[in-house]
Amino acid sequence: MTGIQPTVAGEILPADTVWEEKLSWFDALPRPVSMIGLLVAFLGLWQLVTGLGLVSPIILPGPWRTAQELVFVGQSLLSGNYMLAAFWVTAQEVVLGFIIAVGIGVALGVLVGETAFGERAVMPYIVAIDTMPKLAFAPLFVAWMGFGISSKVALAAFISIFPVVVGTAAGLHAADTNARMLFKSIGASRWQTLIKLKIPTGLPQFFTGVKIASISVVAGAIAGEFLGGGRGFGELIRVAASQLDTPRVFSLIIYLSLLGLVMFGFVVWVQRRFVFWHRNSTTQD
Amino acid sequence: MIEAPDLLAPGGHIARPVFQLRGVSKSFARRNVQALDKVDLTLLEGQFASVIGASGCGKSTLLKIMAGLTPPSSGSVMLSGKPVLGPRRDIGMMFQQATLFPWRTTLENIVLPIEIQDGKKAALAVHDRAHALLDLVGLNGFDKVFPSELSGGMAQRAAMCRMLIAEPDVLLLDEPFSALDEISRDFMNMELQRICLERNATAFLVTHSIPEAVILSDVVYVMSPRPGRFVRAVEIDLPRPRTLDMLSTPLFGDYTKTIRGLLDKGAFI
Repeated sequence: MTGIQPTVAGEILPADTVWEEKLSWFDALPRPVSMIGLLVAFLGLWQLVTGLGLVSPIILPGPWRTAQELVFVGQSLLSGNYMLAAFWVTAQEVVLGFIIAVGIGVALGVLVGETAFGERAVMPYIVAIDTMPKLAFAPLFVAWMGFGISSKVALAAFISIFPVVVGTAAGLHAADTNARMLFKSIGASRWQTLIKLKIPTGLPQFFTGVKIASISVVAGAIAGEFLGGGRGFGELIRVAASQLDTPRVFSLIIYLSLLGLVMFGFVVWVQRRFVFWHRNSTTQD
Repeated sequence: MIEAPDLLAPGGHIARPVFQLRGVSKSFARRNVQALDKVDLTLLEGQFASVIGASGCGKSTLLKIMAGLTPPSSGSVMLSGKPVLGPRRDIGMMFQQATLFPWRTTLENIVLPIEIQDGKKAALAVHDRAHALLDLVGLNGFDKVFPSELSGGMAQRAAMCRMLIAEPDVLLLDEPFSALDEISRDFMNMELQRICLERNATAFLVTHSIPEAVILSDVVYVMSPRPGRFVRAVEIDLPRPRTLDMLSTPLFGDYTKTIRGLLDKGAFI
């Protein structure tokens, strides 16, 4: 007893009243355990459904058969045969589509986010086009640009441009009244306010838009290949599906998803370098 | 018309008027609101004046007009003999939020006004001055730290340095410490007084805290809402430098009582 606290004579106090907060076992599982557990459960269910013959192997191959095919496709990708060539075609479409989407998207986003004209006159049209089913434009792009990669690049860029525009414009609006007033009070020009206040403030929103674009650009390229032929991965998937080679389709999709993962990872990496002050900008936002 | 009651500076000599407002009115046509109605104000060199009133009485609008951030609907604003027609470099401002930018270090935040007005080279040239200011507000050693690592009080102190970096003649303060807890706030108020006395700065404070207005000011303007106008200028005749001990003196209590009485009458008309 330090003598600071008043004590009542004869009072009996327990040494500690430590107690644990209850967390159900379901929520208390560590992340690796819960992730692997979920995967095992999924594979088990898959094996059960296919092993019992509830589904025809043509409709849904078993996990083992799919894994074998995955290894086979991986090997042929590494050996550099036609599959690798197809992969590169799709990768080119994705990268070019992404660059175009970000380039035009930023330009439109700055027009819409920074000028009253853009916000009043241009934004309604952008919203109107964004609400259209963009895949329906695929035949048009093929008609305009042919069956080569340019029609796929165009569709991929067209699909992924809108999140960039919206992210850029929202970012430029993100600076709060106090910050704007401060810049005004120190006599900043419009250009200085844009460069030193609005752009840095808006980077997190901008990158959110770019992240969405980095995913949808892959979908755009594949949809373009489905609808416009060519020599890409989408064509391999289409052919495998038409031959009812379901394990092959699954494997191709999984390798294709690597492309999306690389694009997304690249954007996250760039964001971490440029938006170092924004701690919570993980993959979730 | 309510004037600052005498033209004597704290030192006793006749002081030069720094800010002169004549018949300043502001109405917002869109909302059909008269925010300010014929406000007259003279701010003397080295004087610390406060305006106090309920929220929405137009005191922040008044400050924005004085700072050249928004034009008045009628009336004139003169600063050091020249009309205020836009933001001026001889004005330093501080807001309720510190508004430090997270991508800049504390030092880079402080030299921002210089960087905007005179370029990066000029900003580099005032690094020594910025360090001196950091010393002045007790933030020595925090120059390379990013704002996310500063507490609320520290951030406001950095904002104070940013306000002072361009060596303004007049400080316009819009509830600068109202987001801080009372302990930090008392401390910051004393710091503010010290800085103002040291530089003979002229200051105009917008607040809704009666004790804060009284402890800091030479004169407190009590404002009534709708339309915003001054009801009375209360001269605070407490010796300088003020101390926190004065908060519990009878004279201080009389001042707060007077002002509270005026606010009660004005607020519910």
